[in-house]
Amino acid sequence: MAEDMMMTGAEMVLRALAEHGVKHVFGYPGGAVLPIYDEFFQQDKVKHILVRHEQGATHMAEGYARSTGLCGVALATSGPGATNCVTGLMDALADSIPMVLLTGQVPTHLIGSDAFQECDTVGITRPCTKQNWLVKDVNDLARIMHEAFYVAMTGRPGPVVVDIPKDVQFAKGTYTPKTGVIVKSYQPKTQPDMASVEAAVALMATAKKPLFYTGGGVINSGPRASKLLREFVELTGIPITSTLMGLGAYPASGKEWLGMLGMHGTYEANMAMHDCDVMINVGARFDDRITGRLDAFAPNSKKIHIDIDPSSINKVVRVAVPVIADVAAALEAMIASWKKHKHTLDHKALSSWKAEIGKWKSVDSLKYRSNKDVIMPQYAIERLFALTKDMDTYITTEVGQHQMWAAQFYRFEEPNRWMTSGGLGTMGYGLPAAVGVQAAHPKSLVIDIAGDASVQMTIQEFSTAIQYKLPIKIFILNNQYMGMVRQWQQLLHGNRLSESYSEALPDFVKLAEAYGGVGLRCEKPGELDDAIKAMIASPHPVIFDCRVANLANCFPMIPSGKAHNEMLLGADVSDEEVGSAIDAKGKALV
Amino acid sequence: MNAHKEASGSAYFIDTKKLEVNTHTLAVVAENQPGVLARIIGLFAGRGYNIDSLTVSETEHEKHVSRFTIVTSGTAPVVAQIKAQLERMVLVHSVADLTLQGNFLARELAMVKVSGEGDKRVEALRLADAFRARVVDASTDSFVFELTGKPDKIDQFISLMVPLGLVEVSRTGVAAISRGLEAMKV
Repeated sequence: MAEDMMMTGAEMVLRALAEHGVKHVFGYPGGAVLPIYDEFFQQDKVKHILVRHEQGATHMAEGYARSTGLCGVALATSGPGATNCVTGLMDALADSIPMVLLTGQVPTHLIGSDAFQECDTVGITRPCTKQNWLVKDVNDLARIMHEAFYVAMTGRPGPVVVDIPKDVQFAKGTYTPKTGVIVKSYQPKTQPDMASVEAAVALMATAKKPLFYTGGGVINSGPRASKLLREFVELTGIPITSTLMGLGAYPASGKEWLGMLGMHGTYEANMAMHDCDVMINVGARFDDRITGRLDAFAPNSKKIHIDIDPSSINKVVRVAVPVIADVAAALEAMIASWKKHKHTLDHKALSSWKAEIGKWKSVDSLKYRSNKDVIMPQYAIERLFALTKDMDTYITTEVGQHQMWAAQFYRFEEPNRWMTSGGLGTMGYGLPAAVGVQAAHPKSLVIDIAGDASVQMTIQEFSTAIQYKLPIKIFILNNQYMGMVRQWQQLLHGNRLSESYSEALPDFVKLAEAYGGVGLRCEKPGELDDAIKAMIASPHPVIFDCRVANLANCFPMIPSGKAHNEMLLGADVSDEEVGSAIDAKGKALV
Repeated sequence: MNAHKEASGSAYFIDTKKLEVNTHTLAVVAENQPGVLARIIGLFAGRGYNIDSLTVSETEHEKHVSRFTIVTSGTAPVVAQIKAQLERMVLVHSVADLTLQGNFLARELAMVKVSGEGDKRVEALRLADAFRARVVDASTDSFVFELTGKPDKIDQFISLMVPLGLVEVSRTGVAAISRGLEAMKV
């Protein structure tokens, strides 16, 4: 018994991965992780997926985690391997995605000597991880591996790093199983305090203009949270909007759905936020893309805030009733309390509130000028949705205009189907994230809605998709611009388009073929459906070059420094209004 | 950074109402593991909070527990946010805002080197006696005084030593503890 617990550090890593049910690791070898790679070679429980750049590994792990609810795992060597992971770690921290990154380190006796491929990995990754460890003794390794998974997955999820010097990977020690792992100083609270639940429900019952504002916390809490959210909306009849990260928790076809809110949210969602009297924030964090101008944010509302992280409470916006708990636990308790007290809302007030919302809806803020000759980007997403909605589909995106159009026009019915970089806004996230999603769901249709600029940041991971026969579809809305940069230059900088034109774009069809995949191009609205069908039908990884109107902009928009009721609407906005929408103070904001 | 401008530290800070900035003394009990100090300092640096004083030492060797005393300044919401950010750290057991709880002791140790001759030397010794400072080193033309007390007492002693030939000062920073039976949880 004790005999089979004696093993090398590298063996412990694989043993711990298997013990935590890890099926896929995204990684790239190098000198300081060779012992771990040698163990990969000699087992078949954990599949290794070889990436082309370590940043790709981290985004794959994120896509994997977000689409499965499991922990994503990435592996990199010391020095440049570790530093290449920083973007992915910060991305996962900003969006609360559970990820364990294992890095190799130079042998302990060389640490601090500026050795080849040495860097202070725990120092560099400290501000972009929830926790990190440098393992100096092989007998601590198993415990730290278990703690790493525990910390990444529990409470508010996030990325962690375990940095393992090469001599520790070779050294023999005792493996301790994961049973009973606790970190004494870390005990996240998941069950709500009943007094706060009662106070929240009592406040809801007084509402005349209530609104649910939901976020990524609902997704992170698991499918049960989405189920309970739907039940609560059904029970109360309260309208609901969501952040970018929370799309899919409540179905877009649901009758209380107002669409996404925030900078590029719908008119009805933002106006409802501005005018509501009781706001129920479920797992969102009052991000600046949501609130706009803080002193004009929902000025007449009392706010309830459900969040698992106490530091989110009153960080940006002061709330009347905080409920510190896991979303599912909080919703379950609130529904039970609502039923127990036989609460109902003032029906008359609620129906006049909905009538008001109906008027805002009739503005049809997502409308755009359609065009017979040129593919409008909005139209492309609409057709993509129409042709894929009945399939088992997962969507990832890069960052920019295409991301906002995807959020506006692709209608999500279920949680965990939408992977996007919200908090950090990482261009280059979507392609590797799609690879990670496809690895977890080999039979599903996985589409990266991309832009021509973003996609080039991690295009090399297309080669990973080819190698592992992961038939991802890269649907590029190609307008030959960094569209969102250009849009802001038009808004803020007198239409001086400094460096935002995508000069020297590759031929994406040939590029796909060069990698060994399928390339498709479409330039005419009339040919779009057939081209999308061909993309879906292909059993191979596809790059779809969808040539869209070059100068289309993303509306509606709350210009920076403005309030929810000061939106720019799309179809009828003049160039002059665009040019003068943001005042001097707003220009300083991001 | 922007923390002084608006409680939120959000991108949309707006300088409208000015909240009062106060000094708070926080006590933090954390695991004594590598990186804890760096993580705590990184939090203050990264989020633009102030550190007026920071002391740390292992307090319970068997349990591997360290105790930090951090003196910071900020508006009430900023200090509440600092406390929440410290509490969410994986290796932090508990955080107390001693200023908010009221009724606590804060002490600091200083070593103060003074050089001088004649009347100035006599006057320095006389003042040291009044402040209950001990002479821990002496030469024919210098003294090192050791002094403990509240930070403002030390400030006052140092300012009195300036005209008498102050050479240099080393201060430990504040250690603080609440009065009465209550203790922080580990």
